[in-house]
Amino acid sequence: MKKLIALLLTCVLSASVLTGCGNADKYPNGKVYVYNWGEYIDPETIEMFEKETGIQVVYDEFDTNETMYPKVEAGTSRYDVVCPSDYMIQKMVDNDLLAELNWDNLPNAKANIGEQYYEQSLAFDPGNKYSVPYCWGTVGILYNTKMVDGPVDSWSILWDEKYADSILMQDSVRDLFMVALASLGYSLNSTDEAELQEAKELLIAQKPLVQAYVIDQVRDKMIGNEAALGVIYSGEAIYTQRENPDLAYVIPKEGTNVWIDSWVIPKNCQNKENAEKFIDFMCRDDIALMNFDFITYSTPNTAARELIEDEDIKNSDIAFPDLSLYKLETYSYLGEEADTLYNELWKEIKSN
Amino acid sequence: MNKKMLSLPYLFWCAAFILIPLFMVVYYGITDKTGAFTLENICAIATAEHSKALWISILLSLISTLICLLLAYPLAMILAHMNVNQHSFVVLIFILPMWMNFLLRTMAWQTLLEKSGVINSVLEFLHLPALNIINTPSAIILGMVYNFLPFMVLPIYNSLTKIDPNVINAAKDLGANGFDTFIRVTLPLSVPGIISGITMVFVPALTTFVISTLLGGSKILLIGNVIEQEFTQTGNWHLGSGLSIVLMIFILFNMILSAIFDKDGEGNTL
Repeated sequence: MKKLIALLLTCVLSASVLTGCGNADKYPNGKVYVYNWGEYIDPETIEMFEKETGIQVVYDEFDTNETMYPKVEAGTSRYDVVCPSDYMIQKMVDNDLLAELNWDNLPNAKANIGEQYYEQSLAFDPGNKYSVPYCWGTVGILYNTKMVDGPVDSWSILWDEKYADSILMQDSVRDLFMVALASLGYSLNSTDEAELQEAKELLIAQKPLVQAYVIDQVRDKMIGNEAALGVIYSGEAIYTQRENPDLAYVIPKEGTNVWIDSWVIPKNCQNKENAEKFIDFMCRDDIALMNFDFITYSTPNTAARELIEDEDIKNSDIAFPDLSLYKLETYSYLGEEADTLYNELWKEIKSN
Repeated sequence: MNKKMLSLPYLFWCAAFILIPLFMVVYYGITDKTGAFTLENICAIATAEHSKALWISILLSLISTLICLLLAYPLAMILAHMNVNQHSFVVLIFILPMWMNFLLRTMAWQTLLEKSGVINSVLEFLHLPALNIINTPSAIILGMVYNFLPFMVLPIYNSLTKIDPNVINAAKDLGANGFDTFIRVTLPLSVPGIISGITMVFVPALTTFVISTLLGGSKILLIGNVIEQEFTQTGNWHLGSGLSIVLMIFILFNMILSAIFDKDGEGNTL
């Protein structure tokens, strides 16, 4: 009995000590729960936000749109701000998961984000009711100029047996199928079963040449000279080139996906006001610039782009390409039936 | 204080974290999206991709279990014959890596095995041929053996130390040589430890999805990967649960086997 009392006492004491150093004083204005892509923000901007607003940021990360969706849908972890891509925003709108933004609370978003990005967003967010663009880019091939001969300009190099075991593909369903669909000349939003079967066969034929299906690791493996070719988002190109000057990024001539990742507020959020404050803070030109410098993904924040000091980067073809030069297509949400088909075919590729 | 009261937290734990989740898995497994009863999710194991994934998982985990057993038994014997001070140190060395996070240890292997990784750099320096097992089934087996070996060593070691030395002495007195003693006395008496070691290695190996993702480069789909994908990517919890039920049947079968051989449960006490 004495032991039990001692044990209970210890528990009570340690509990009170732990709660004693609570955050109530430091963060008088509550919390905001943010769910963003991995390594997709400059951590310093979060600290600045906390200091300026007195709102504590609880930050979580995901690695694909598909892993994000079930968590937000289930509503077990209630996020206030999420950063999905275009087609996933459309899916969330269709399934009534998003709250409408109050644009009066988002002055920076209105002033600083380029008009063309709002126009582009209309495709998945009609009326610009739900989303504020955060980053955008293309998907292309990152290659090591020392390991690959000649200029790369086509997806077909990913089927070249010379580079067996040196090719990295994306481990996410849409980005994997996109490569095959683009090489076949089909729409990246194809829902035609025959076309998708053909794409699947092409990807199965490629599998023996693939070193690994990975997501964020493409970056580190390419920097470490682990592979010769990798499918990657354009935003990683500047960063990887900084770390390893042998790397080059190219948008293949057959065309590719152009995407926008935007801030949205889920309907089941806990504090919409703080969420809007967070989004607007991220749209401030100096903050957007910090984030651009840190993650090197193209920013739709025209005010921030004006502030970039390095002229080469400011006018870089990779960070801010002239979209009219390429054949580009944005993903759209394909509906539940097509989703299931994609997933089944993906499983067939992986189990092959 | 009533002794029964002390078991309350445990009962609560059981209900909240074992029974209710299990019930939910079964519920999801035998219903479809509309909530109607169906066996489709369980029968889905018969499709080509799923049965192939299950088959590879069983094969890889059987191989890993066998390798673990072959490595662990001699080691457990050596440990059992050491004096107290020595063996606690060696056991500590074995348990020490388990204090580190499982994911970290597996990722470390990734870095070690990579084409331009640590092991290949050393091999290259010594002008030896490179080791190219990353992203192959061999790398997955290596990961399983490395991660689960302690779970094989400890139960076997435990059952070996429980063998009364007088039994061994009696065998020797009766004229058995070292080999006979091992085959006819030591080995049969350590069967409970072996069985519980096999369970403790086979079950996690069968269900793993992290090891195959990290060391297999997502190129080899194990049944654990299929289930994980259904929950996290596809969002089809019903199919994921149905396949989990199939997997549970295999695990249950394994546990029945261990219950038959290990009646006293002595191999389980560490």
